[in-house]
Amino acid sequence: MRTMRRGLVLAAILVVGAVAWAAVQQMSVQVRTGQLRATPSHLGKVAAAVAYGDRLTVVQKQGAWYSVKDARGRTGWIHESALTTKRVVLKAGDADVAAGAGGDEIALAGKGFNEQVEGEYKAQNAEADYAWVDRMEAIVVTPEQAVAFLAAGEVAAKGGAQ
Amino acid sequence: MNKRHLTVPAVLLLLAALIAGCASVTKLGTQLGQGAGAITEEQATSINRSAEALEKTFADITPEQEHYIGRAVAATILQTYPAADEPAANEYLNQLGQALAMASDRPQTFGGYHFLLLDSEEVNAFAAPGGLVLVTRGLVRCCASEDALAAVLAHEIGHVQGKHGLRAIKKSRLTSALAILSVEAARNLGDEDLKQLTADFEGSIMDVTQTLVNSGYARGLEKEADEAAVAILGRVGYDPRALVAMLVKMGESVKPGGPGFGRTHPTPQDRIGALDPSLANKPVVADPTARRARFTRAVGDV
Repeated sequence: MRTMRRGLVLAAILVVGAVAWAAVQQMSVQVRTGQLRATPSHLGKVAAAVAYGDRLTVVQKQGAWYSVKDARGRTGWIHESALTTKRVVLKAGDADVAAGAGGDEIALAGKGFNEQVEGEYKAQNAEADYAWVDRMEAIVVTPEQAVAFLAAGEVAAKGGAQ
Repeated sequence: MNKRHLTVPAVLLLLAALIAGCASVTKLGTQLGQGAGAITEEQATSINRSAEALEKTFADITPEQEHYIGRAVAATILQTYPAADEPAANEYLNQLGQALAMASDRPQTFGGYHFLLLDSEEVNAFAAPGGLVLVTRGLVRCCASEDALAAVLAHEIGHVQGKHGLRAIKKSRLTSALAILSVEAARNLGDEDLKQLTADFEGSIMDVTQTLVNSGYARGLEKEADEAAVAILGRVGYDPRALVAMLVKMGESVKPGGPGFGRTHPTPQDRIGALDPSLANKPVVADPTARRARFTRAVGDV
């Protein structure tokens, strides 16, 4: 009896450990668009584009950069701020949600504070200036342009862009 | 093995899980407890719900949700502080800001970093969650160089990086909003849920905006943002001491308790005092002609 009890506790520890291990090995893209780069730098050549919710297998980690492989077998480096250990599910009722352990391992994409809620907020706050928010979001500076900007200003990066 | 013996380790595991405060482990514990007949399914559900409800903090907000909160906060602030429609200045702010954000600890947010000049004389800046950074003419005028302006933007990036805006949201709103989501995750939201979520959203926007515009952050968070600024400036190659120069100039135009930073930030003197004293010993970074010229061209007349 005592052996069985011990066995049960050990089994529970193993299950928890396995869950944690799986979470470390698989990560999801948590930004709208991400890039897999040839080297661990924002200036690395873009090897592939990844989208919100894509599951990536971690190969290795170097500083703040993960070397990953996507479902199509494409590999590259991506910054940790673009990734989450949570599984991102794109629609409600997805089998992943039903199988998931209560929603905490899962970030339900498009749920909660989303476009629909923003629409309701806009309707009730007609004065809120979303037009300028859209305009400022339309101003995009690529990493290459940012680096060219620094070079033109003779800003000497000492290990600068991560 | 009978049920009575199983209940002991199962309940112990459950207790440990509750103490650890980890919902997934709690779930495992309740499943074990249920399987052993120690607790009913109803009790298990209730334990899981309350454990989840207890845990909701700003850290549970996904970058996507943060993005929508940030958009609404920026749109709300722009009601009071109108945008300055000056393409050259705004392009310059975005190039500089992007170069700094790339060197931060959080270079990537859901919708990326974007910067905008505000048509206001008040010395002020706002970092809406997710990376929408708004800076007034008044604050840009406190900057004598590109390095000083870089210090201002890097400080705001520090607030985004630390998710300081999200911390202003009252826990009750997060618990309400995120509980709806975790309980309803497997199906689409009904009208009542959408109504409640919208109310929670409005409340959250109010909490953040109120903090950014009126009450300000706790001193500790301002110190954190200043430290982040110094780190970012150093990594990129700007002069970290430009933050001090900017604060000195700001001290000449900001009255304690007055509008803008006078009300929401520690005094410039206090902020300088809180900085690492070794900053003074750092080598001087040159301000080359090309950098000086483009700074004057882009924001010399704001």
